[in-house]
Amino acid sequence: MSGIPPFELFYESHKGEVLAFLRRRAGHDRADDLFQETFLRALRAYGRLEHGEHLRAWVLTIASNAVVDAVRRERPAAELVADPASEDERPAVEDLAPLTDGLPPKERAAVVLRYGYDLDYDAIGAALGSNEQAARKAASAGVRRLRKEKEQR
Amino acid sequence: MTPNATAQFPTGLDDHFRAVAAASGELDVAYDVLDDTPVGPLLVGVSEHGLCRVHFDPEPEAELDVLARLFGPRVLRAPKALDRVRRELDEYFVGRRHAFDLELDLRATPEFHRRVLEELNRVEYGHTTTYGTLAAQVGAPRAARAVGTVMNRNPLPIVLPCHRVVGANGSLTGYGGGLERKRFLLALEGRVEPAVVAQPALDGLTGF
Repeated sequence: MSGIPPFELFYESHKGEVLAFLRRRAGHDRADDLFQETFLRALRAYGRLEHGEHLRAWVLTIASNAVVDAVRRERPAAELVADPASEDERPAVEDLAPLTDGLPPKERAAVVLRYGYDLDYDAIGAALGSNEQAARKAASAGVRRLRKEKEQR
Repeated sequence: MTPNATAQFPTGLDDHFRAVAAASGELDVAYDVLDDTPVGPLLVGVSEHGLCRVHFDPEPEAELDVLARLFGPRVLRAPKALDRVRRELDEYFVGRRHAFDLELDLRATPEFHRRVLEELNRVEYGHTTTYGTLAAQVGAPRAARAVGTVMNRNPLPIVLPCHRVVGANGSLTGYGGGLERKRFLLALEGRVEPAVVAQPALDGLTGF
């Protein structure tokens, strides 16, 4: 096994930070539900992780996407994508932020998790609340979009 | 680890997640530590196939690594999933239960060990057998020592009653959880006087 800690240790290490992040992003009232959602998504994907690196970035990305999904359920999609505030402080993507700034949230997360953190599509799919195929699609759409932007510069 | 985060973490939210996770069917092992049993703290774990771990004096971190290696990394303390195990053990410890009615998960146990443990499982409450007898019953009459090793590595002590296995001369011999506990369990089952090594009194028990 390649150093993937038992889920208990992962959960105990990150639950405080995840809750604080969700409260900041979604408010106290919604944070509790999003907390359950975040760690359930993480649990679903956990058995398929190939390594135990970047778990903090991974779970914060899951949390971030849980917020995006919740907001999307409540508001029209167009409004969200156009809302730059919701794309700020995505902690997991900080490093690749300058490069992936212009991408829609899902594509951005997929690209960062795949190429920044080397996660497999199974795990990315769970992080995004979808599946392997959707993750693969989002990542390749993101890469295509980045290429196009580069050509246009 | 986030400093202070754990101290301030709302327990209701934590309990809720653990309960939801237990009900999700996504855990490889749900465990809990029963702190107040008469034999000291016991770590108990269940998988989707049944009880997979009973461990005396658990050192949680080391034990979690073992569980993760044997059953998969999705190991979480989830007390709700252990309700039935906890109840049956409680009943056993007050003498109201003589047989456990639990599914057992011996997937991580090697074949020979499993055969011996299945034979062991037939030894009834308040009875004892010997290492040699068990060895003969699994068709390996000279393997008493190997049977001793199987008992020592029993993943489910108490439930799979390795405390009911004694030496051919009736001595308690050994116990993975320490002789003190073996004596306690046999006393609980009315097999020996509490806190008496009492080898002479046990002489008549040779064989089974």
